[in-house]
Amino acid sequence: MSDLLRLATAGSVDDGKSTLVGRLLYDTKSVLADTLDAVHRASVDKGLSTPDLSLLVDGLRSEREQGITIDVAYRYFATPKRSFVLADTPGHVQYTRNTVTGASTAQLAVLLVDARKGVLEQTRRHAAVLALLGVPRLVLAVNKIDLVDYDEAGFEVIAKEFTDHATALGYPVGSVLSIPVSALVGDNVVERSPHTPWYTGPTLLQHLEDVPVEPDPHDAAFRFPVQYVIRTNTAEHTDYRGYAGQVAAGTVRPGDEVVVLPAGRRTSVARVDTPDGALTEAEAGRSVTLVLADEIDISRGDLIATATEAPVPVDEFDATLAWLSDKPLRAGARVLVKHGARTVQAVVGELSARFDEQKLATVPAPQTLDLNEIGRVRLRTAEPLPVDDYAVNRRTGAFLVIDAGDGSTLAAGLVGAGLQALETDRNWGGTAATTGDLVSPGP
Amino acid sequence: MTTEMTETPVPTRQPSATEPLDALARLESEAIHIFREVAGEFDRPVILFSGGKDSTVLLHLAVKAFWPAPVPFPLLHVDTGHNLDEVIDFRDRTVERYGLRLVVANVQDYIDDGRLEERPDGTRNPLQTVPLLDAIAGNRFDAVFGGGRRDEERARAKERIFSLRNSFGQWEPRRQRPELWNLYNGRHRAGEHVRVFPLSNWTELDVWRYIKREAIELPSIYFAHRREVFQRDGMWLTAGPWFGPRADEPTQELTIRYRTVGDGSCTGAVLSEAADLDEIIAEVSASRLTERGATRADDRLSEAAMEDRKREGYF
Repeated sequence: MSDLLRLATAGSVDDGKSTLVGRLLYDTKSVLADTLDAVHRASVDKGLSTPDLSLLVDGLRSEREQGITIDVAYRYFATPKRSFVLADTPGHVQYTRNTVTGASTAQLAVLLVDARKGVLEQTRRHAAVLALLGVPRLVLAVNKIDLVDYDEAGFEVIAKEFTDHATALGYPVGSVLSIPVSALVGDNVVERSPHTPWYTGPTLLQHLEDVPVEPDPHDAAFRFPVQYVIRTNTAEHTDYRGYAGQVAAGTVRPGDEVVVLPAGRRTSVARVDTPDGALTEAEAGRSVTLVLADEIDISRGDLIATATEAPVPVDEFDATLAWLSDKPLRAGARVLVKHGARTVQAVVGELSARFDEQKLATVPAPQTLDLNEIGRVRLRTAEPLPVDDYAVNRRTGAFLVIDAGDGSTLAAGLVGAGLQALETDRNWGGTAATTGDLVSPGP
Repeated sequence: MTTEMTETPVPTRQPSATEPLDALARLESEAIHIFREVAGEFDRPVILFSGGKDSTVLLHLAVKAFWPAPVPFPLLHVDTGHNLDEVIDFRDRTVERYGLRLVVANVQDYIDDGRLEERPDGTRNPLQTVPLLDAIAGNRFDAVFGGGRRDEERARAKERIFSLRNSFGQWEPRRQRPELWNLYNGRHRAGEHVRVFPLSNWTELDVWRYIKREAIELPSIYFAHRREVFQRDGMWLTAGPWFGPRADEPTQELTIRYRTVGDGSCTGAVLSEAADLDEIIAEVSASRLTERGATRADDRLSEAAMEDRKREGYF
């Protein structure tokens, strides 16, 4: 079992997300006395009678002043079973880009809803974004359960509505769990609540500790973006030439037949080096240095892949973009694309569809893609890229869209037409109604 | 290739081919990935190196990232002039062992020629910003590695691993780039630079466990020892020519250790008997105080002390 879980939180404003995260930190004793003292002092200053646990996570001055979370905050806590890296993402609608950021590395997401309000449009949108980004597991925390007198029937209605939505988005049964919680008083967050005897599932923390995670695609085909060429010549390492990178998918062993892309030269792995000694195998997530059997020309940005199942480099492909910039995207835009360790020039061809967040359906041929919008585009790149479909591989199917002028990050890019899976309500009736393969975000 | 280069020494532990990728190994791999991205995309990176435990771990990771070749970056130390001798000795020995180039920016020089003024409280941590920015501009460094961790402080918790600084070195939290997957965007305009924090996802305990696993050498002040100290603002400060004590601050010899290394006038020692790594790990695990809260007067200044200093261009 993995001893590290990366998770993200998402929810609407006022659902009590920061309070829930504060509660997790507080009840796992991850908050130390001086930090807590500061929170107590600030709470008293604000005229509150109990400590405002959201102050533990709202780190920026403007956030504390406005009482809202603006930016993704990363939090760390640990139990004897696992360490947790938590991306706390704001629920404010114009900050959806932060949800995308937090979700991009998450293995599980906790969505919050207010038990009095149930599943909101924004809950459905957040779930759609999490599905698009391939977050394998969801938890629906039905918060403020104390304010509805721990009502089982109300909880069941919310849980069913959400589970149905998640199923429509492609989440398999068993990958979604709903938990009745009160972040404010602590029900079922860390400690089991005496007020919900009808709930027999795990508390939130128990679930986070025990949920199986497949942290990296170990069984997937081997992919290795070359980050850096290490060359040296010493008594011990004569004319050393190794290719440094992090295994993005699959496993590599000495003797494996590989192909170097985009050039397409074949060779085999002579050694998997680390400063701690050569390895008999290296799995996804491990940073190593590969020494190859043949001297071939390889530089930063190349991809070393298994020879039997290598991607075909393409210079034109469909992609889904989550647009993160104030500047709208229009067809014909010239941008940079960073895929793996390679950055190439690209032109955006047609904008083929925009995801309508309200209807959870796609709208064909939009004029622009604006901040926080998700759409499908055709991309043409100056050099071929060895991409995988994002639905198959979150690492080698992902790319950044960068402004060539000011260097800002414009969009999160996902190779393939994953957007189709989000059309849970296919009610726009367009002729190009895409009913393609569902993306399965789960294992 | 004809010239033989010096071998980069790595304090290796017992190699193991079957060791699983546990949480510490994941953090190590992530940090190494970050070092290599910067080496691939920037022209003039530099590593901030104070001799403290975080920057020592940072350097160790850099050595591992480029092994068996040497680290392809110089080091930069912003020296407040208020450092303990043990730390400066350690700094110089480490630099020599790895055969690296060290650039030192001296706060004392700025005070001597009037560019900076000594603060009434004698604290020099806030004075580091100007020499740091001057050293970055003067050497045209475009990527600056720091040992900052997100668990240290609330403002740091919101900072990206690649943190863009404008031409004044300032952090603008509202203009941070989204950081997606493990794809880092290091593009910047002339005059701007990027602060890079490979230890972002580490906790204090992770750092100590890694130090033990990798048998990384540290300055002796991290381990319990007898020292002449005096109390100020609830902290134990080292008695020395720069820091005091004032006439009304009696000194005494106590068994203490340091949890952080910083300007001596505002970095306190903690009463501790932890003399080796196991005892330190046990102590840190049980501690009810954050390392900054316990030992850094400058972070206590205001609720937003760190955010304000980062906006000005601090680490």
